[in-house]
Amino acid sequence: MQLTNRAKKLEKKPMTLAERAYLPAIFQGLSITMRHFFMKKATVRYPEEVRPFSPIFRGLHVLKRDEQGRERCTACGLCAVACPAEAITMVAGERKKGEESLYREEKYAISYEINMLRCIFCGLCEEACPKAAVYLQADKIAPPRYERDEFIYGKDRLVEPVSPDARSIRGIQLTPEQADSLRSNLAQQPV
Amino acid sequence: MSPIFLFLAFVALLSALGVVFAKNPVHSVLFLILTFFALSGHYLLLNAQFLAAVNIIVYAGAIMVLFLFVIMFLNLNVDTEPHKPALAKIAAAVAGGSLLLILVAALKDIAPTGAPQDATFDSQIGMVDRLGLVLYQDYLLPFELASVLFLVAMVGAVMLGKREAGERNF
Amino acid sequence: MIELPALGWQSIVIFVVFALSLLIATYCTYAERVIAAFLQDRVGPDRAGPFGLLQPLADAVKMFTKEEFFPGGANKALFIFGPCLAMITALMSSAVIPFGNNLSFGNNAFFLQGIEVNVGMLWVFGVVSLGVYGVMIGGWASNNKFSLLGAIRAASQNISYELAMGMSLIAVLMISETLSLRTITLQQSVAGEWHFWNIVKQPLGFIIFCVCAFAETNRTPFDLPECETELVGGYHTEYSSMKLGLYLFAEYINIFVASAVMSVLYFGGFNFPFQYELRSWLVENHDWTLAAAQNLITVLGTVGLFLKIFAFIFFFMWVRWTLPRFRYDQLMRLGWTILIPLAVVNILITGGLILLGVIK
Ligand code: SF4
Ligand code: SF4
Repeated sequence: MQLTNRAKKLEKKPMTLAERAYLPAIFQGLSITMRHFFMKKATVRYPEEVRPFSPIFRGLHVLKRDEQGRERCTACGLCAVACPAEAITMVAGERKKGEESLYREEKYAISYEINMLRCIFCGLCEEACPKAAVYLQADKIAPPRYERDEFIYGKDRLVEPVSPDARSIRGIQLTPEQADSLRSNLAQQPV
Repeated sequence: MSPIFLFLAFVALLSALGVVFAKNPVHSVLFLILTFFALSGHYLLLNAQFLAAVNIIVYAGAIMVLFLFVIMFLNLNVDTEPHKPALAKIAAAVAGGSLLLILVAALKDIAPTGAPQDATFDSQIGMVDRLGLVLYQDYLLPFELASVLFLVAMVGAVMLGKREAGERNF
Repeated sequence: MIELPALGWQSIVIFVVFALSLLIATYCTYAERVIAAFLQDRVGPDRAGPFGLLQPLADAVKMFTKEEFFPGGANKALFIFGPCLAMITALMSSAVIPFGNNLSFGNNAFFLQGIEVNVGMLWVFGVVSLGVYGVMIGGWASNNKFSLLGAIRAASQNISYELAMGMSLIAVLMISETLSLRTITLQQSVAGEWHFWNIVKQPLGFIIFCVCAFAETNRTPFDLPECETELVGGYHTEYSSMKLGLYLFAEYINIFVASAVMSVLYFGGFNFPFQYELRSWLVENHDWTLAAAQNLITVLGTVGLFLKIFAFIFFFMWVRWTLPRFRYDQLMRLGWTILIPLAVVNILITGGLILLGVIK
């Protein structure tokens, strides 16, 4: 039965003398490999040489702070709802008096965990977040670990560490006063 | 008798005994190879380099490989060893003993006449070209007859290996 | 002038050749991996030392520190004896290869050759034919059916290809009329004459010899004794640690020897083009003494021989990473129904040409 007319009719011809002698084919093969000998090598020598990330690479999550160093996340749970892999769990808490410089909203995440073994790095959490709190970094992969529970990233590893004096990736530079207050904020923060 | 000769003779006899007395056929074959090496050493002492090399190539290098090849195919467990009847053992002993007797009787009177007299000693006697000349001039007929013998053996092997009509091997 | 005892110089040469074989074999393991990598668009080992040059050292440390393993039911003595034998036979054959012409100091002339025997070619041939014992004994003693199959394959393969190899050699010997490798080398270049290397007179013989050399050294495309796809690891399935290392080493030394033999037999050995012209030019135009000029030629010739050998080793590896493995029946058919008849035809042609006086 003929399904398409693209089928190629293969004719089994008797081999010519050159084909049967096998040596010409060997030299053809040798010349092919010799060409590859001088080709550019595909290897990336890893620790010295890092392959450039794609511009839309989605890597390890980070929980952002605002420009005053306060955590942006309000524990609304939208990211957890959006997550197709159900990798995010969180416990919400109410902001106490005097913690205004730590958390931007009245409600904040006491704990916020992402299981990197479940996560598929789809970026839906980032899209769902109304507070622009969770981001997938464009230049960082979740590193390999020995134990499974080490893959559950808590706030200690997710929340963006801020160095007050450094210029952020987006080019925002804090004024000296802002930097000072940020430094004191960070000092009283629980790890 | 040079010490090298004594050593080689010792090795040759010891390994020849090993061939007979080793329980494991593979060990026997290995001892036989060692015997051939000792024999080649003797050839070298007799200034027959070609013979020594050919002995190693043909006997140690090819024939013994085939021996080993066949022996490896055998199932060599002790319990598969067929029990030989006493009569066969006696017959073997008698046959071997008479062979020994004949060999000793034939060789006991031989005096090594070819022993080197310094004046007539020819250092080239065992070399390839000499051997070739002798083989192809004086002994041409026996030489060719021997090769016909081999040819016959080869044809026989081919005949045995040929597929007969209607027979399927695979 | 230092007085060397009898055989003193030769033992030095043998020792140097021995060390060189080991060194070359060591670096063959590295070269194999780098060449394989380059032929496959990779870079190969480049971590240990500059360009990974210390990689063999790292491999050796690894080999020595691995667990010594004895399979149950193995014949322990022969299991150890196998790799040793493979190594011994591999090392023995380089003794007669002429690595250079003579160096002369004053009245003493030294030959860059272990031992000069007038059956040198037969010696190499005999030792090569013994090489299969190491593989066979090791494979049998492992008490493993894959090892045994590998051993049996090695045996039948070596025997089959030895025939064609010997016959292709006979054609060379008919031309040279000697079995001494040194004389064969010297014949390939005569002062003041336009003289060709044996490859010109024996192209067909060389191809046959080369194919057989691949088969005798168990290299791809004829590495059926260790064919991973069918036999796990072949004869060295059960081997670990340095015993495995000895097998791998023996293979590389065999390649080295095969390359050396091919260079000597077909590619002029330590001769290089225009050596006599260079010598007389040095003597006439630069006031060198004849001996000094000859010594320089010798050294250059030795370097040249090693370059030829390395080129062959490269060729061995190049072929390995190009051609797929033969099937076993194809291997046997090639050996018995193609190479042996071809070798016979080659002998006949050579004989005819000698009779007609075309080559001598
Ligand atoms: S990237 Fe996707 S899978 Fe990972 S946590 Fe966010 S939503 Fe879930
Ligand atoms: S990260 Fe964003 S979406 Fe997730 S809980 Fe916090 S504020 Fe809501």
